[in-house]
Amino acid sequence: MRETPSQTAGPYLHIGMTDAAGPALIGSRMRRDGARGEAVTLVGRVIDGDGAPVTDALIELWQPDAEGRFPPGSDPSLSNLGRAACDDEGCYMFETVRPGAVPGAGAPHGAMMIYARGMNRALHLRCYFEGDPANAGDPLLRAAGARARTLIARRDGAVWRLDIRLQGANETAFLDV
Amino acid sequence: MTLLRPRAPGWHPPALAPDYRSTRLRAPTAPPLTLPSAGVELTGPVFGHGDLGPLDGDLHLNFAQQGESALGPRIRVHGKVVDEDDRPVTGALIEVWQANAGGRYRHMKDGYLAPLDPNFGGCGRVLTDAEGRYAFRTIQPGPYPWPNGGNDWRPAHIHLSLFGRAFAQRLVTQLYFEGDPFIPHCPILCAIPRPEARDRLTARLDLDATEPMDTVAWRFDIVLRGVAQTPFETQPEGQ
Repeated sequence: MRETPSQTAGPYLHIGMTDAAGPALIGSRMRRDGARGEAVTLVGRVIDGDGAPVTDALIELWQPDAEGRFPPGSDPSLSNLGRAACDDEGCYMFETVRPGAVPGAGAPHGAMMIYARGMNRALHLRCYFEGDPANAGDPLLRAAGARARTLIARRDGAVWRLDIRLQGANETAFLDV
Repeated sequence: MTLLRPRAPGWHPPALAPDYRSTRLRAPTAPPLTLPSAGVELTGPVFGHGDLGPLDGDLHLNFAQQGESALGPRIRVHGKVVDEDDRPVTGALIEVWQANAGGRYRHMKDGYLAPLDPNFGGCGRVLTDAEGRYAFRTIQPGPYPWPNGGNDWRPAHIHLSLFGRAFAQRLVTQLYFEGDPFIPHCPILCAIPRPEARDRLTARLDLDATEPMDTVAWRFDIVLRGVAQTPFETQPEGQ
């Protein structure tokens, strides 16, 4: 039987997917004291086809730990899954670590999904890190060609930044997952 | 080699559905990239009962004052979660959120006239059991008007978010109620092209499962995308 069809998470997704109504099961602070690897603050802004910030989106980040591992058996001081709601300027932020390479899965990256009003299906993308020598051989980045840069976070002072453009010039290269 | 069941074109709603106005500036226009055969999307988080509170699956009580209960028709939503290969998905996290019986959400940005219910928060979460079954208690939400350029009313619905075994199986959808007269007028639901696909989002009255003199049951089965269980298999030696 075919998959259940998708519907938008709507404008009030915070009720069910954040800690709006109780303790958070999945939060934006993924890294705890003692987490192994390079600490990363990942930020970005979500922008619509008019260049306006998307203030009601929610982003999920799913990534391996600094040694490329997933639970069970991964770093207990890291939550591999994070969620961040965009603020009134369309900005998100995750406190995490730089993901390690997963054997057979290309250059180190995290998987991201965006949920929002006006998205009938959540959008998939990936977050790679600028300057990683493995990026050159990554199958997805190679297939993306010039669009690859929309999936690569860049250092911006003390943080890493990956802006997400839903539509138009420099539109993010979303994935057909 | 791909480990994900390919998606049938025209099954899910398209990104751009002009009758649902908010899609116009949020739908990507460039074709999506094809996912390589291996990626972190083929793994996923694992949840356990330690992650949930004792009343997380009971929206009658999980926001209510001591001795009180949410207002509205008392219902129980239950069903089974399987994948496209008909295998039960066990330990799947299902998060739900909804409006109250008057059609009002407990959310800063919802300004609808209908009042909040002081005993109803509108969210909950449950895990599927060893057979993939789940159930939660709630009240039947009300329909409500929404800004979409005209006189638009949402059918009564409950939002659901599911985590299966792999991130690629993530599903966020909405459950509607059999017989709701707003269903054929909803541009969000009608963005799904095929009637048989839209029908899959309609919960059925399940009289046999009702608790007499207490709670009406609605049945809603869910199918997640088919995915192999061992995503990073190494190639056998010699190949």
